[in-house]
Parts: sequence; C-alpha cells; structure tokens
Amino acid sequence: MLERLISEAPRFFNYYNTVFLLQAMGNTLLMTVIGCGVGFILGFIIVYLRRSEGLAWLPVRMVLIAYVETFRRIPFLVILFIVLFGVQGIGIQVSLFGVAMISIAIIATAFISEIIRAGFDSIHQTQWDTASAMNFNRLQTLWYVVLPQSWKVILPPAFAFMVMFIKDTALASQLGVVELTFAGKILANRGISAILVYGTILALYFALSYPLTRLGAWMEKRFASPGNH
Amino acid sequence: MPHLEITDLSAAYEADAKVLKDVNMTVDKGEIVSLIGPSGSGKSTLLRVLMGLLRPVGGQVVLDGDAIDYTSKSSLRHVRDRCAIVFQQYNLFQNMNVMRNVSIAPIKIKGWDKKTVEAEAADLLAKVGLADKHKAYPDELSGGQQQRVAIARALALKPEVLLLDEVTSALDPELVNEVLDAIRVLASEGMTMIIVSHEMAFVREVSSKVVMMDEGTVVEAGPPAQIFDAPKTRRAQEFVSKILRH
Repeated sequence: MLERLISEAPRFFNYYNTVFLLQAMGNTLLMTVIGCGVGFILGFIIVYLRRSEGLAWLPVRMVLIAYVETFRRIPFLVILFIVLFGVQGIGIQVSLFGVAMISIAIIATAFISEIIRAGFDSIHQTQWDTASAMNFNRLQTLWYVVLPQSWKVILPPAFAFMVMFIKDTALASQLGVVELTFAGKILANRGISAILVYGTILALYFALSYPLTRLGAWMEKRFASPGNH
Repeated sequence: MPHLEITDLSAAYEADAKVLKDVNMTVDKGEIVSLIGPSGSGKSTLLRVLMGLLRPVGGQVVLDGDAIDYTSKSSLRHVRDRCAIVFQQYNLFQNMNVMRNVSIAPIKIKGWDKKTVEAEAADLLAKVGLADKHKAYPDELSGGQQQRVAIARALALKPEVLLLDEVTSALDPELVNEVLDAIRVLASEGMTMIIVSHEMAFVREVSSKVVMMDEGTVVEAGPPAQIFDAPKTRRAQEFVSKILRH
C-alpha cells in the first residue's frame, strides 16, 4: 500500500492538482473568514440593539432574540439549502460560493452575537454607570470602556468558533462549492488513491486551522491584557 | 438662590418600594453638605438620582436656576456636564492607565485640547500625590491610590459640584487619611461638594451643613455643631448617641 502511495505521489502532486488544491483551500479560508467577519460585525450590532432601552425598541429586541435563538439551532446544511433555494426563489443571481458565504454569515452572526453578549455581560454594571455619569453615550462606552475589557472573554470562543467552522464549511461541498472537501472528492474520482487525497486534505485543513488558533492566542495576549492597547 | 435645590425628590428601584421619599435640600455655591445616616437610608441613592443613574419618580432638582428633566437626554448631559461623582468602589476603567483614566472624558467627550488636558491631568495627579503613577494600571495601585485617581478624574471634568459617595468605605483604615487629605485640599479651595460619609470626625470638620437621612427621608439638617452636639429630632439624637459611643 505504501509503495502504491509513493508511486502515485508524483502524479498527484503535479502543478495543476497543487494549484487546484490551493485554490480550494483559499475558498475554504475565504468563506470562513468573510462569513465570520460579517458575523462579528452583525453580531456586535445585534448585541448593541439588544441592549437598547425603552418600550419602543421592544419589537426589535424580540426579533433579534428570535433570530439568535432560531439560527443557533438549525443545522448548517439546512441553512445552506434554505439560502440556495431562497435566492433562487427571489430570482437573484448568486454564485454557489456566495450562497455558502451568506449561510456562514447567518449562522456566525447568531453564534458570535452570543459570544459578544457574554463578553459585555462580564463587564460590571459600575463601569457602564461610571461612563454614563461622565457623559459617555452608549456607543462611546462600548468602544472606549467595555469592548477593550471584554476581548479576553470574547476572543477565545470566537476563534474556537471560527476554527470549528473551517471544518463545517466541508458541508458546502454538498452544494458543489469547490472547497477543500469537494476538491478532494473530485481528485479521488479521477482515480487517485483516496488515502493519498484525503490524507493531503487532512493536512491542508490542519494547515488552515492551526495558524488561526495561534493567531487567536496571539490576539488574546495582545488585546486582553491592560497595557497593550 | 441656592446652587442646587432639591424639592420633594422621590425615587424607587422597584415600583412599590420608594427608597427616597420627598427629600428636600439646598446646596449653596462653595458649600460642603454631608449626608449621614444608617446604611440603606438613601444617601447614596440620592447621589445616583442627582447624576441621572436612577430616574426619580417625583419631585424636582434645580441646578443654577434650571430645572433638570431626567427624562431628557440633553438635560441629563447638562447636569452630568456640571456635576461629577466619585464612587465607593473607585470604578476606574480597568483597561486604561492612570493618565488615560483622568484624561479620556475631557478629551473624547468634552472635546478639549489633548495637550492642555494632559497637562492639567498631570497637575491634578500631583495634587492628589500620584505624580509618579501616570503609566500605572488600576490593578497595580492600592485602593487609596485608585480612589485618589478617581477624584482626579472627576476634577478633570471641572465640575461645579462634586459628589463623593462613601469614598473611604472600601479602604483599609491606614489608607483613609490619604483620601481625606485630598478632599480637605478641595474643601479649602472652595469646591462645592455633597459628601456621603461614615467618617464622622471628618464630616464634622469639613462640612458647612450636615443632613441626616433615615429610611429615605431627611430627618434633620443643620450646621455640624447642631447635628452632632444638639440634635433636635429624636431619630437624630439616637443616631448621634450611637455613633459617639465609640
């Protein structure tokens, strides 16, 4: 078996397959990073709006809570299909890659907003009161006082979520998005040993997620201790 | 005309339980008014209401002739522009060093010139004895040092009225005096202050007026000599005799 793998390796790692795999790897990374990036921004907005006060904002708060609670509970694959058939139903032209990215953003928004909410909740009410007594408005309080202190609570689970999602993007292969898993399937179908192909795919997933984990740890160190921001 | 006039002020954390009941009080410019009374009598709540951290349910607060509408954002901004509060637990921003704690609101919120603010902040920090701590973070400071930073931070906003909410209660006994000394300096400079304190000797020394509160109401108000030596009401007599016993 080992001999077979060694004899197949030069044929497998030719220029075209390598470029093909790297592109697929890029797609996986891009989907995850953009989806989670959008999720982070929208998640922040959701938390901000959920902290609004007054009866007038109650409907908005309820819709947002319903969104978060619903989309944290639907499997990613189902969301993918809903988005796919949804955009087709409305008649908008969106590439499969776009569909996958929108789906990731939808789920990431729901999950990351909960992570950010936990981060903000970890900051004692007295910090908010002190800032209001000094005439900080809510956004200024968040930006100058609360967010810098909540990174240490937000960053570890946020990066864990993103690294986990790198793996989950494999489900987008069901739609035909050429990401790492789908690329592996194509190459395996060409008759290259599945062990060689998926072994390589495994290594590439690791090559994607390990630096992300390291980046998370670095950012945590960089942002989460006073004196560094 | 008094600088600050509080009329029939009421407040409640929950709808059916008032923690302030028809409080009346005046504070003149340059006056130091101390609020005393047992825990839970509404002293700290009164300061929170004045700063708009708890919305009153009745009554009126007039600052320099303007009635404050605590439901209006601009009115709130106005009162917070002119009054500053120092809390029992210091509440320094943990993510900022001492200099930034003191200078952030004047620079970012008031929009004052950064260089001028930082020079003034340095003066204030020197005044409270922390000239060498500009770069320190709150968790590197003792409680007394943190509280003095909090006082400098409040002063950097150039308030007309300074509210001090039990600023020495959380401190170790040996650190209390360093904070009280900082307040003595302010008193000598004519700062208008409302002080909530359990340090009776200090209250007696610096106050121009002492207001005794109990169960959300004002029991008796008058000069320190009256409240401590010859209180007129029975409740004040009881309270004073209890504190003077030890």
